[in-house]
Amino acid sequence: MYSFDAIPDGAAVGSDPSARPRETRSTAAGFGSPGADSTVKRIDLNDALIRHPDATFVMRAAGAAMQGAGIDDADVLLVDRAIQPSHGHIVVAVVDGELVCRRLWKQAGSTRLEAAFTDNPATHADIVPDEGMPLEVWGVVTTVIKSLMPR
Amino acid sequence: MFALVDANNMYVSCERVFQPRLCGRPVVVLSSNDGACIARSNEAKDLGVRMAQPWFQVRHLERSAGLLAVSANFELYGDMSSRMMAVVARFAPRQEVYSIDESFLDFDGVRGDLVGIGRDLGATVLMETGLPTSVGFGPTKTLAKLANHIAKTADRKPGSYPGHLSQVCNLVTLSEADRLKAFAATEVGNVWGVGRKIGARLVEGGVRTVLDLVRCDVATLRRQFSVVLEKTVLELRGTSCLSMDEAPAAKQQILVSRSFGKAVTDVAGIVEAVSEFASRAAESLRQQDGAAGAVNVFFTTSPFRKDDRQHSPSVTVPLVRPTSDSRHLVGAAVAAVHRLFRPGFNYVKAGVMLVDLQPAGQRQGELDLFSAVSDAAGERPERDHSALMATMDELNRRFGRSSVHIGSASTTAHDTAERSWATRQERRSPRFTTRWDEMPMVRA
Repeated sequence: MYSFDAIPDGAAVGSDPSARPRETRSTAAGFGSPGADSTVKRIDLNDALIRHPDATFVMRAAGAAMQGAGIDDADVLLVDRAIQPSHGHIVVAVVDGELVCRRLWKQAGSTRLEAAFTDNPATHADIVPDEGMPLEVWGVVTTVIKSLMPR
Repeated sequence: MFALVDANNMYVSCERVFQPRLCGRPVVVLSSNDGACIARSNEAKDLGVRMAQPWFQVRHLERSAGLLAVSANFELYGDMSSRMMAVVARFAPRQEVYSIDESFLDFDGVRGDLVGIGRDLGATVLMETGLPTSVGFGPTKTLAKLANHIAKTADRKPGSYPGHLSQVCNLVTLSEADRLKAFAATEVGNVWGVGRKIGARLVEGGVRTVLDLVRCDVATLRRQFSVVLEKTVLELRGTSCLSMDEAPAAKQQILVSRSFGKAVTDVAGIVEAVSEFASRAAESLRQQDGAAGAVNVFFTTSPFRKDDRQHSPSVTVPLVRPTSDSRHLVGAAVAAVHRLFRPGFNYVKAGVMLVDLQPAGQRQGELDLFSAVSDAAGERPERDHSALMATMDELNRRFGRSSVHIGSASTTAHDTAERSWATRQERRSPRFTTRWDEMPMVRA
């Protein structure tokens, strides 16, 4: 067993002082510093947005076929593989060796991947799996992150 | 009861998760420096590509058989490894990470259908990470490892073992007759702890299969070989000699990790532990005259402290040049800790794994593009420190572990490591999960 009893509290070997935890910094002022309370935690987007950290992957969308679902070109997607995909989920699927984002349509024993154009009800971008070929869903898109700042 | 869980063709499988076009095709992963095949898909194995075979020897298969080669991407493999290990850890009270793609689970006191648990484990790892695994159960670590070999081989080569042992194999629930049949079908060189040399000597002496080995007289083996081999045979007979966190050295990585006596919450504690682990790993590396191309660092909270917030960071830092110099290895490991550490967590375990191992002394002077960069960063030009390292190892041998150790971690190691991506080969895939500007694209 590795024991930590012998470790001094001071700066560790080779440590960068700026990397030390906040609460070890001087709090010499007369007022108690609320920053010293380590139980207060700032909102962490990882905690808030990612339910399964080990199974969640970040991807970038390329294309306009999912604008009707709120996914624009270059948006960032959080894709969770731990969620069982079901009807209506926006998913990433494997189509012809490529990762493709579509809405999963799964009803009455039939399965397909639907595009979601805003202005164009075209179905040519829908993907219907071949007979006998199971549709491979890679993961479920849980969140879209889009920057509103002009590039 | 132990289980050994590992990923099938780990590096290739990691590549396939993000590049599905690689599925079903022969794929090899090339080492960073010498152009050897360090991982092969089953299809590549079927083409006859051997482990560690130089790329130039199999290159013709690119045209003739559609063989695909990618350069090693240790950042990706390191992150996928930490994801896999975290998922696997949920299935048993204790886990020992043994290498980048293998961990032992201790199922002591767990009742029920272990094969069922194993299948559930495999399905969960596949779903959450995309990595295919094999699971072997046995009453000793050596038997668990053997069961894993059987599970993997039964899956890859139908007919080699009974089909029901494919992917998950529990040697305990096999009948005595079936177990002996499986032993007889397994070459002695596949036993954990039997190296190539000892394996060849055993075969010379007529000990060809695991069954032959199990029937050997242990006292004779101890005399003619070693206590280690005697232990191996005892383990194969079901007498546990190796507990958790005790194992013969892995071949392709060097891992040093420990659970802490009590939870560590400050960065200084993690730095201290990781420095020591990196030093020890560097020492074993020099003992085998090796050099490491990358350092993986991880530390973790306990999934069994249900009320604690969980954080299990892990990162693999590629080095500018493969090295066995403790100063560089410790420096890279410590820089990684500073990058990963978040305050407010109860960390219970840390570890350092040296990967991309290769023989030392294969300096490629003409490719040494980065010494100029190091100079610019204020580092002195590379000197041969092997004498220093040898002295350090000798002092530690004589006066006990850590008598002499690395007293300051280079703060430039981080920057140098960051820059090292430029030296990687062009066949390297994007670092899909660790770099914001290299994330996978999905067609929408």
